[in-house]
Amino acid sequence: MLFRPREAGPVDCPSDRDADPPMTTPRYSFWSLFREGLRGHGGWTPAWRDASPKRRYDAVIIGGGGHGCATAYYLAKEHGLTNVAVLEKGWLGGGNAGRNTTIVRSNYLYDASAAIYDHAMQLWKGLGRELNFNVMMSHRGVLNLAHDDGEMRQLKRRIEANRLNGVDAEWLDAKQVKDFCPPINITTDVRYPVLGGTLQRSGGVNRHDAVVWGYARAASALGVDIIQNCEVTGIDVAKGRVRGVDTTRGTIHTSKVASVAAAHTSVVAKMVDLRLPIESHPLQALVSEPVKPVLPCVVMSNAVHAYCSQSDKGELVIGAGIDPQLSYTQRGGFHVIEEEIAALLELFPSFSRMKLMRHWAGTVDVCPDASPIISKTPIEGFYVNGGWGTGGWKATPGSGHVFADLVANDAPNAVAAPYTLERFRTGKLVAEHGAAAVAH
Amino acid sequence: MLLIPCPYCGERDQDEFGYGGEANVARPRDPASLDDAAWAEFVFMRTNNKGVFAERWVHAAGCRRWFNVLRDTATDRVLASYRIGEPAPAIHDDGLATPAGEPAIGSGNRPVVGDCGR
Amino acid sequence: MSAQPFRVGAGRSVDPARPLRFRFDGKDYDGFAGDTLASALLAHGVHHVARSFKYHRPRGILGAGSDDPAALVQLGRDPASTVPNVRATELELYDGLEAVPQNCWPSLSYDVGALNDLAARFLPAGFYYKTFMGPPGNWMTFERFVRAAAGMGRAPAGRDPDRYEHVNRHCEVLVIGGGPAGLVAARTAAASGARVVLAEETATFGGRLLAARSEGAVIEGRPAADWIASAVAELRVRPDVTLLERTCAFGYYDRNWVGLAESVQDHVAPAVRDPRLPRHRLWRVRAGTVILATGALERPLVFHGNDRPGVMLAGAVRTFLHRHGVLAGRRAVVFTNNDDAYTTAFDLVEAGADVAAVVDVRAAPNPALLDHAAGLGIEVRPASTLVATAGRRRVRSATVAPLGADGGLSGEPSDLACDLIAVSGGWSPNVALFSHSRGQLAYDPTIAAFRPARSWQAEHSVGAAAGTFSLAQALVEAASVAARATASAPPEPIDVVLPAPAVPYRVQEAWELPSALSPTRTRAFVDLQDDVTAKDLHLAVQEGYASVEHAKRYTTLGMGTDQGKTSGMNGFGIIAGALGKPMGEVGVTTYRPPYKPIPFGAVAGQHVGASFHPRRTTAMHDAHVEAGAIFEIVGDWLRPRVYPRDGEDFDAALQREARAARTDIGVLDASTLGKIDIRGPDAREFLNRVYTNAWLKLAPGRCRYGLMLNEDGMVFDDGVTACLADDHFHMTTTTGGAAGVLSWLEDYLQTEWPDLQVYLTSVTEQWAVAAICGPGSPKLVADLLDDIDPEPGAFPFMTWRAGHVSGVPVRVFRISFTGELAYEINVPARYGSWLWRLIMERGRAHGITPYGTEAMHLLRAEKGFVIVGQDTDGTVTPVDLGMEWAVKKSADFIGRRSLFRSDTARADRRQFVGLLTTEPAYVVPEGSQLIATPAEQEGRTPMIGHVTSSYFSPNLRRSIALALLDGGHGRHGETVYVARAEAAPAPALVTAPDFLGDVEGAR
Repeated sequence: MLFRPREAGPVDCPSDRDADPPMTTPRYSFWSLFREGLRGHGGWTPAWRDASPKRRYDAVIIGGGGHGCATAYYLAKEHGLTNVAVLEKGWLGGGNAGRNTTIVRSNYLYDASAAIYDHAMQLWKGLGRELNFNVMMSHRGVLNLAHDDGEMRQLKRRIEANRLNGVDAEWLDAKQVKDFCPPINITTDVRYPVLGGTLQRSGGVNRHDAVVWGYARAASALGVDIIQNCEVTGIDVAKGRVRGVDTTRGTIHTSKVASVAAAHTSVVAKMVDLRLPIESHPLQALVSEPVKPVLPCVVMSNAVHAYCSQSDKGELVIGAGIDPQLSYTQRGGFHVIEEEIAALLELFPSFSRMKLMRHWAGTVDVCPDASPIISKTPIEGFYVNGGWGTGGWKATPGSGHVFADLVANDAPNAVAAPYTLERFRTGKLVAEHGAAAVAH
Repeated sequence: MLLIPCPYCGERDQDEFGYGGEANVARPRDPASLDDAAWAEFVFMRTNNKGVFAERWVHAAGCRRWFNVLRDTATDRVLASYRIGEPAPAIHDDGLATPAGEPAIGSGNRPVVGDCGR
Repeated sequence: MSAQPFRVGAGRSVDPARPLRFRFDGKDYDGFAGDTLASALLAHGVHHVARSFKYHRPRGILGAGSDDPAALVQLGRDPASTVPNVRATELELYDGLEAVPQNCWPSLSYDVGALNDLAARFLPAGFYYKTFMGPPGNWMTFERFVRAAAGMGRAPAGRDPDRYEHVNRHCEVLVIGGGPAGLVAARTAAASGARVVLAEETATFGGRLLAARSEGAVIEGRPAADWIASAVAELRVRPDVTLLERTCAFGYYDRNWVGLAESVQDHVAPAVRDPRLPRHRLWRVRAGTVILATGALERPLVFHGNDRPGVMLAGAVRTFLHRHGVLAGRRAVVFTNNDDAYTTAFDLVEAGADVAAVVDVRAAPNPALLDHAAGLGIEVRPASTLVATAGRRRVRSATVAPLGADGGLSGEPSDLACDLIAVSGGWSPNVALFSHSRGQLAYDPTIAAFRPARSWQAEHSVGAAAGTFSLAQALVEAASVAARATASAPPEPIDVVLPAPAVPYRVQEAWELPSALSPTRTRAFVDLQDDVTAKDLHLAVQEGYASVEHAKRYTTLGMGTDQGKTSGMNGFGIIAGALGKPMGEVGVTTYRPPYKPIPFGAVAGQHVGASFHPRRTTAMHDAHVEAGAIFEIVGDWLRPRVYPRDGEDFDAALQREARAARTDIGVLDASTLGKIDIRGPDAREFLNRVYTNAWLKLAPGRCRYGLMLNEDGMVFDDGVTACLADDHFHMTTTTGGAAGVLSWLEDYLQTEWPDLQVYLTSVTEQWAVAAICGPGSPKLVADLLDDIDPEPGAFPFMTWRAGHVSGVPVRVFRISFTGELAYEINVPARYGSWLWRLIMERGRAHGITPYGTEAMHLLRAEKGFVIVGQDTDGTVTPVDLGMEWAVKKSADFIGRRSLFRSDTARADRRQFVGLLTTEPAYVVPEGSQLIATPAEQEGRTPMIGHVTSSYFSPNLRRSIALALLDGGHGRHGETVYVARAEAAPAPALVTAPDFLGDVEGAR
């Protein structure tokens, strides 16, 4: 017997209505908050229209996560494409967007990576105001620690590359690390002594849900349909061109389908018989109980393999590497959590008496060269944005921005160009795995 | 933590094993004869199937032997294991409600069936 | 007991003979062994113990265990051992315990944070998403204030004085929950001889039975208390049963892997803790069957003013009364939507307290209960609700109003003076672990709660955890499930006699009660820790955050340290109401492990400090330590980096060692190199496929250098392999790559080429290796070896010989990583220390100098030899390294095909070169980037390469560097520039990597 949770509820057929008029969304501000406070907050309207599918769209975006909603927003804002639908199989932002540790940085080694992640960084800086939704972008600084000579060499190479690429980054010796982040243990009698590290001051963390909601709200306000509980079950292709998508809520006609399905990218690509160099793995994260501010910045370490920050609510937010096996279950093994926390305590022995409050997993789509695919495909009108592995969150605005450009113009711009599927044939990989300071 | 059935040693905790990814990606007999695309298929392209999946494990902390496992990547249910060179045993699997959909029992992220007596 | 005005008896758990002193909020109190901080404070009439997260409202004690949402304190003042966010209801008292209020300033009573509460109407759910974006500034401008206000307790500082441990355990049956159902399940399973683990979260077995009158239930002819004692005693004597108290099953993972967190010593006064025992123990249990007897959790009711100290769950009132002999109040109002709370009213009266009224939202409560209440002189107000409460640090009165048929308010409200409101919104099966196991729930209107519906793993829920609220049925259920799990005979019926009035449990849905105030002014709390009100949930739905997951994230419902144990169901009910959807369709948010917070220390167990990752040392290590070596970490190994002499700094030592190795004799401990013994008729063919160069013709006695590529064509390891016999080879790998190379070889051998008959054995640890190098080395080697003539004529380069040193069998390899005349003596590891000392002793006459890895790196750089991993980074081909000579033209090898891809075959790829700075004294920092222009450009400056290795060469008396440079092979003789942050780019001449010219011929 098959259990079909998503078929619960009425299945509404796509309607013929025209594009909705842009919804009037009340502006968020201190004053509107004050005014509504006096009125008991009765005036707030839905952040986004919970739309039902229409028969036809100019473009359909598969996946209502951060990258998907960002793509929709920039399609509408930068390219005037507003007859667009975002199809989310579950609830908006319920995938990796709602499960990541929200770390933002752009101090990557290779030019291609620096270009896209720093593009994202520049967009992050003003995103809250642009979306009129506080995404709590906190540029509190990201520390990447070095524990041996090999790592020192690697980080110094990266920091120099960052400097010449105009990406902010600086070197801190062990004592400077301690000054910048007091709880770090820099004694030398440990397995992985802290020899120094790089600091990107513009790096930091933000509020993941707010980013998704903010993009959805802004896109919806521009006329984009945000459609939840609508899973794509097939893609209609004729003569090598996309004609539409079949969904659990009916068939939708469109000439452009943009897949931003993260862990399910391979599943979507399979609908057009496209094979990709992507593997989907569990990635686990956890939070501690909330405490008063104790960790001022983001700390990442490759050798001990953990990364950590403190949320505005006070929880320590901690992540590490992926589980080795392929899995779509959004579940990992507890032994991975044990290693993760042992690694954390190597850096922060004083956290030993803090308590693990909650742990969970997402499913990440990993590429062999630890770099994404932002690409046209052999199928005309089918575009793929995926393979972000463990590093997708920090790229969200940049990814959406360049992908919207690709979908609108049917050609990649300079930033997206290195990320074609072609590279796996020519060998021109963007091999960040050797270089990325930590799996994130 | 998964339980992996080593065909040589029996079921053991996952952390005794190394993972080898997708099984049956055979190395081409004569790579020189392939064009770049065909070679890339072997080196990079993967099925990454959601559902029943043939994968490779090595009992690194045991007999050090490689073998294949059939596992449903949508549920993590281990369906069978077999030695290198042996054919995959026939197995029954529920399959999925939709291409990406949750199977009969989900990830724990959809905890509710519905109402009693509905 | 006059000092404890609310203590009315001993209670089941406390020992009046053992008085204890403790301190809270700067005041001294007394209590008894068996008290929790909560029960002891209640005995003194103290209800207000904490402040809430957002509005800093006074918080009292709602529950009596791990379900309590907000009674959180900071344990202890010592920065290293203090613990934040400890539940007063779980904190077992010991003599001298001190707890401090948290999240308040200057004090618990007068907290400036409470100003937030005055502005509450402007701080609804998600208010921060709508403002604080700047200008002025941006979120950072406001964040520091928000952060300072947020958080609960204070993090410890300094090293944790305690230790923790992991224990692995297999069992046929794991029973979670030591209440009556759990005890029966364990007893039944144990009777079959099965290995049983029984985990009880609290300090005492018995569950809800402990919270009932002593003249309560009679089980199998025994009063409950005796029955528990005998059941536990019966289990304790069984060798195959493990009884665990103070043990929380925190997570239920794949294939019945369940994590148990046992608190071993937290309940003991620090002074008398056993140093041999850990603080916590984490049990990693793999069970055949898991029986979930986790009971049910009572939920409060949601009405205006429901968050004052003195508002307590009706069940918790009974727990404190019967377990601790503490009256939570002298004059109580009992407020309920179900039958169970009546018991609280009856028990309070029999304990000598007044019950102002039982307020029941239901129109027609069970007549039997009404009669019994009348008999005790308790007024019952059916079809009524509470619409307000009064009192600041403790409830003073409650306002009751009648309910109309439509569920709305009808008629005049009236005030009831009281110092306690015992509230019950019904009981929800405790399904957290069941959900972890991926079982699925269904909503059952008859109990107004979700109950287990479909299992995924070998697990059964029994008793209240399964929604079975009748004790008799629960015990039968537990017994038969355990019998089935152990394939033993169906159990005898268990007779249970309950005290009158024994009525079946009935409940009526009541998620949110009507308010007499305007919605704006109504403060009805759902989540007491994070201050989530019913209004917040309505706002979330109004703003389109309609999925429970959205509403949870938007309002932070159930995201506090209690994970919504008491707030979840009410929240989901309110959301369902707002959406007009059935509960089953709205569903619940995902239950995440752990069930309750557990210390990081326990999760890491003993795998911290020295036991975090292994640290390896060679057989010669002690000698290096004695020689005063400075060590470096290479993979898991410690290797001598330099051997500074007295008064010598690092560089001086390095220069001396590197000079000696070229001018006299140097010796290096090369034991850490990976070594793999390769045997079998097809060994040659195998090597021919895994190395880039040709191996079919290598004669016994000879050695050859080889490169290994991954299938992407990139170099990933290298080393020298010697032919010991026609079918027997000795392979060496890089120190860091040893393990990876072995499993990589095994992988190909077993899965791609099972037809090849080859056997691999790691012998890295079997051999200790001393590399003797320099012009003087033959003389020393002649001294050392009994039976080998080391003269290069007789013992040519790239060959090896078997021989003896003082009778000890050795293998000597004439290979060189320095370009010097060199001999690598391999000796069985147990002779390693002896050999090193012998070499140093015999070498003294020849002026021997031990050199470390740094000198070795320098020497090979002078010769332009590559270090894989330093000069390569996974993007470099043999051609890029200028090693075409090591790439065979004919046969295939791993990665070969990739070398011919369009991008990989480009002539202008990044290639391996030497660099000589124009300023000979300037040593370029490793990792420096190379640019084409004498000056950096505005904005971006294109990079054309980077420096991989760099040293000052004592033998060339100038700096040298190795680099990867775009099109480097065609650029010898050109000048490039080393970018520098602090100075103008430094010009450098591009050269071949070999700075010495040929000393001993190519490898």
